[in-house]
Amino acid sequence: MTILSEFEYTRPKSLKEALKILAKEKGAIPLSGGTDIVPLLKDGRIVCTTIVDLKNIKRMDEIGLSRDKKYIVIGSLVTFSELIKSKLIQKHFPVLMEMAKTVASVAVRNRATLAGNICSAVPSMDSGSLLMALEANIHVESLKGKRVVSINKWFKAPRKTVLKRGEIVTSISLPLINKNKYAGAYLKLGRYQGEDLAQVSLTILSLPEKSYRIAFGAVSPIPIRASIIEKKFQGKDITEELLQEAKVCLEKIISPISDVRASEEYRMHMAKVMMERGLEVVKKRYHGEGPEYGVTHL
Amino acid sequence: MKNKISFILNGEKRQLEVGPQDTLLEVLRTKLGITSPKVGCDRGDCGACTILLNGDTVKSCLILANEIDGQEVTTLEGLMEHGILPIQEKMVEKNSFQCGYCTPGFLVSTHALLKKTPCPTKEEIKEGLAGNLCRCTGYTPIIDAIIDFTKKNS
Ligand code: FES
Ligand code: FES
Repeated sequence: MTILSEFEYTRPKSLKEALKILAKEKGAIPLSGGTDIVPLLKDGRIVCTTIVDLKNIKRMDEIGLSRDKKYIVIGSLVTFSELIKSKLIQKHFPVLMEMAKTVASVAVRNRATLAGNICSAVPSMDSGSLLMALEANIHVESLKGKRVVSINKWFKAPRKTVLKRGEIVTSISLPLINKNKYAGAYLKLGRYQGEDLAQVSLTILSLPEKSYRIAFGAVSPIPIRASIIEKKFQGKDITEELLQEAKVCLEKIISPISDVRASEEYRMHMAKVMMERGLEVVKKRYHGEGPEYGVTHL
Repeated sequence: MKNKISFILNGEKRQLEVGPQDTLLEVLRTKLGITSPKVGCDRGDCGACTILLNGDTVKSCLILANEIDGQEVTTLEGLMEHGILPIQEKMVEKNSFQCGYCTPGFLVSTHALLKKTPCPTKEEIKEGLAGNLCRCTGYTPIIDAIIDFTKKNS
């Protein structure tokens, strides 16, 4: 398949330069890994006047601690493979590594970026539920200035985010959790193990004082946090009864669809099963037991 | 507008003019005569176009040729500079492939996997090759060859 649309390609050396091009040209779009954009260009589903390749911008490919030491900052050129390898991520957010390992396959992970994943914002995206549960912030810059958007406010609809023309995501920051006292689990359901898109994805964190964060992906137009269930669980032991109650409640929170990959009913059923299994995993991990991070739980 | 790019291809410096729409896969096959990367799905799903970019596997159908300016590209031609690879011999012995269309992609992915993990477990092999599809063999003879090969090496 050849790309038929006409556009220019440029690779600016600084963020400023990139922002200038994007401000001047309405039809310019930024490019990081390209694993989503290149197929879309081939399909003619995006048309642009210029591709602004961000890969020469310095320091956007770094993972580091923020100056106030309260956040892990992930530059927008950081790939999923780099996240898996990062010592900093393994130390503070092993559950992020667990998610990154489920993204497509090695050769895609070597190119695809976390920032690109949230910008393309397809409902079956892998990182959505995780970033919701980690309460990520998205750092955005344009010639007019900078802004920070909470992940809760980021997604608008399938393939639509609050990112405006002329803006670039520069980094994603994750607030550190007090003394890393938490356990997490990421679960992704595909048709088979290996490269596939998610039918359901789920992130659960278990925090001190029996509090939980639970978020789902691929079962609603945008990733969704199950706050009502979190409140139900708050401060309580999760009994069989409470779990059943939560499962019923989940039916009102998520709205899976039927498509080529799975039916609505199957997705709903599996979302419940996955929540139960995820809770078991975080419970064990919270007490220093349970499977090591980076394995699949299904 | 065409851009001039320069990059290393299988150890040799190359300079070339490419258009904004050209993918790396197209350029390799049609402008440089490098035909081991195959056009399968042309959208990142099958792995037939797998090559190494700066030593890491990538799918060359997902990369614009312009993006590789200043980078290092290695294809199966480069890996086979000194002839058939030991792992290939094992794969021939085990009848790992039939039509062969997927083979270059599998070989590049296997090379990268074994470089990182010289003695991979079966799970690690499956994980390392998850992005390569084969419509003929059912994968078993490919995985078996790798297991056999690494057993002998260890
Ligand atoms: S041709 Fe590139 S992955 Fe199929
Ligand atoms: S041998 Fe025919 S596709 Fe693999």
